[in-house]
Formats: sequence, C-alpha cells, structure tokens
Amino acid sequence: MATKASHPNSLSKKEAAIGGYFKAISAIIWKDVRAEFRSWELLSAMLVFSLLAILIFNFALELDVKTRQSVTAGVLWATFAFAGTLGLNRSMSIEKDRGCLDGLLLAPVDRSAIYFGKFFSNLAFMLIVEAIVLPVYSVLYNTNLFQPGLIAIILLGSVGYTSVGTLLAAMSVQTRTRDVLLPILLFPVAFAVLLSAVKASGGFLNGADFAEISFPINLLIVYDIIFIAISFMLFDAVVEE
Amino acid sequence: MNKKPLALKILDLVSIVLLIAATYLSIFVAPMERVMGNVQRVFYFHVGTAWVALIGFIFTAALSVIYLATKNLKWDRIQVAAVEVSVVFFLITIILGSIWARPAWNTWWTWDPRLTTAAVVELVYIAYFMLRQGLDDPNKRANFSAVYALIGGLSAPITFFSIRLFRTIHPVVIAGTNAEAEGSFSMSGGMLQAFFFALFAFTVIFIDLFWNRIRLGEAQAKVEEMKINAAY
Repeated sequence: MATKASHPNSLSKKEAAIGGYFKAISAIIWKDVRAEFRSWELLSAMLVFSLLAILIFNFALELDVKTRQSVTAGVLWATFAFAGTLGLNRSMSIEKDRGCLDGLLLAPVDRSAIYFGKFFSNLAFMLIVEAIVLPVYSVLYNTNLFQPGLIAIILLGSVGYTSVGTLLAAMSVQTRTRDVLLPILLFPVAFAVLLSAVKASGGFLNGADFAEISFPINLLIVYDIIFIAISFMLFDAVVEE
Repeated sequence: MNKKPLALKILDLVSIVLLIAATYLSIFVAPMERVMGNVQRVFYFHVGTAWVALIGFIFTAALSVIYLATKNLKWDRIQVAAVEVSVVFFLITIILGSIWARPAWNTWWTWDPRLTTAAVVELVYIAYFMLRQGLDDPNKRANFSAVYALIGGLSAPITFFSIRLFRTIHPVVIAGTNAEAEGSFSMSGGMLQAFFFALFAFTVIFIDLFWNRIRLGEAQAKVEEMKINAAY
C-alpha cells in the first residue's frame, strides 16, 4: 500500500509540491508517448480501425453527396468513439498486464496526478488519430472538414469522452470481463457528450446559425467540467488495492 | 438467518392490498379520458413506477457518496437493492409508456429526448450489474459500483429535466405546460385521486421490495462468508 504524498504547509514547499505534481503528470505522459513511439501498437490499432470503420460506413450508409451532408458528423463521431474505446482499453490494460500500475501507485505522488497523466496521454492519442482521420475523410469524400468550429467541437468532445473513459477503463481492466466491459460502461455514460458533439459538429458542417448550436456546445462544456471533476475525485477509489 | 420481522410481513400484505386498490381505482373509479379513452389509464402506473424509480436512482447516487466516505459494505448492499428494484420499476415505466404511445403517438417508440434519455438511464444501470458480475472481491466490487453509480446518477436528473430543456413531444402533466406535447390532458377530480393513490401505492411497494432485497443481500453476504470459512 502506497502512502500518499504529504502536503507541507509552508508556502515555498507548497509551490514545490505543485511543481512536483505537474512534473509527475508530465512524466506519465512522457512515459506513455515514448512507449507508444517504440511499439506503435496503440496508435496503429486505432488508426487502422478508424479507416476500416469509415470503409464500412461508406457501404452501410451509401455515402453519396446527399446522405453525406446529413450523416458526416455521425460517422465521424461513431468512428472516434469506437476507436477511442479501443485505445483506452489498450492503454490501461498495458499498465495492468505488466504490473506498471502497481509501480505507478507506489510512486510518492498524488493519485490524481496518475489520473491526469493517463488522461492527457489518452487524449493525445485520440487527437492524433482524429488529426489523421479528418484529412483522409476530407480527401475520400471531397469535403472540407478543416473548419475551426468543427475542430473546436472535436477537441471538446474528445476531452469529455477520454476524461470519463480513462476512469472507466481503469475500472474495467480490473474485472474478469475486461475485454468487453469498457464500451458497455462508457457508452451510456458518455452518451450525452457524443450526442451534443454530433449535434454541434453537424450544425457547423451544415452552416447552421450559432444560436442553434450554442446549446449543444454549452452542454458539451458542462459535461467536460463535470466529468473531469468527478473523475479527479473518484480515481483514488478505483485504483486502491 | 434472522427471522423476517413482523413489520416487513405486514408491509408485504399492505403492498399487495395497495396494488390491488390502485389497479381498481385507475381502471374502475377514475373517469375515462375524453380524447384518448381507456388507454390513458396506463398513465397512473406509468407515473407511479417512474416516480419511485427516479427517486431510487437519486437515492443510489447518495448511497455511493456514503459508501465511498465510510467504506462500510452495508451501504453497498443497500445500494444494490435500490438499483435492482429501481431498474425493474423503470423498465415497467418504459414498457407502459410504450403501450400508451402506440395509440396516442401512433408509434411504440420514438427517439424523443425524454425517451432516449430514459433508455440511456436504464442502460447505465444494466451496465452497473454487468460491472458487478465481473468482480469477485467484495470490497473492490463495492468501490467500483459506487463510483459507477455516482457517474450514472448524473444522468437520472437530466432525464427528468430534459423535457424542459429540449423540444419534446412528451407531455408534462404535473406543474407545467408543454405546447408541443402530443397527448396532453388535464386531470379532473377522480383522476387526481387515482393518480395520487398510485403514487402512494408504488412508494409503499418500492419500500417493501427494497427492504426484502436488502435482507436478501445480507443473506448473500452471509453465504459468501460461510463459503470462504468452509474453504479454509
């Protein structure tokens, strides 16, 4: 059982503690990024899966010019959501399989630093995948997806999705049914995030008035804040042995 | 195993009587609704079950907080009981709503925000049981379920308020008007009587089932403990 980092009272020590907190977060992100750039197992799986998903959607929905206009946002978010669970599951099961999680828990840092480290690295992987899928989709379907509004929505949606996804993945990898459990736990909870992201993205793509899409955007921001706050508070309960 | 307390036995009987009385009131006593006819009678049980299920879900989120603060497994057993009974009641709500929607909206189901969020809430708590199934260690199971129920609990109040945020065709019968609702009506005296009686009856039935389920949970925990003791 790891002891928690003590929080000294004096100001300079407090500042040092805050600096240490951010150092711990960046160390975990750095560890994940380095491990990923050596093995490529997470990003390659997510990417290939995303492209296959788009291929399947193409034939399942017959994405001609007319349908494309109404379903592009849905296709993109369904792809991101499925690829996202793949990445989240893998990223956490790597930690669990190789006993890395126990090592992290033994480190004398606040547990929430581990959460934020994993959250940011998962977010980075998801954003990398999205950054590759968007131009591919644009080229394949001859549409321009590089609109600042759409990119902002994708960022907001990914933050909400991975923030709660990281917490739930930390839970699901510790269960017996870990391979199948994450999407079952994550989708109903992240439903509101996905719904408002699809609504807002669709609004931007179809050039709707801002007044029309401001409600889903606000909802998205509220969910991002709620999910980050609640995951930050509950992560401790999920990883303790 | 301790004996079933007398109060619970009495409550069992009272719930059965109340259920019969509520059925009688809503079918024979409440007047027929002018436009929708007899199918409107489903409404009394629809709202009655929805009421207890949503209260149960909110209660569940509160129990999560209490469990995470105290780490006493007693609260986990109470939470499972609350979730299980609420899930069943909410499923009944959805099915009854569907039966009403077929003649009133001319469809069994529509992807209206209120209906969609109701389905999502139900799925959250079904996922809750799938999560529990995958865990053997009672403490870990209690921890994870508390965390998940707390996150899921955020979606129960949203279901209730979504009707006021989004444009929806679901009627608001109590305290509110919805201009776009289809199948709205206002209640007359006999209807109000049946309505509040159904609310009361389902509250009592909920408490009765809840109590029985908590006792079952205690028995389960005892069996698990005995199994472990027998193994070593």
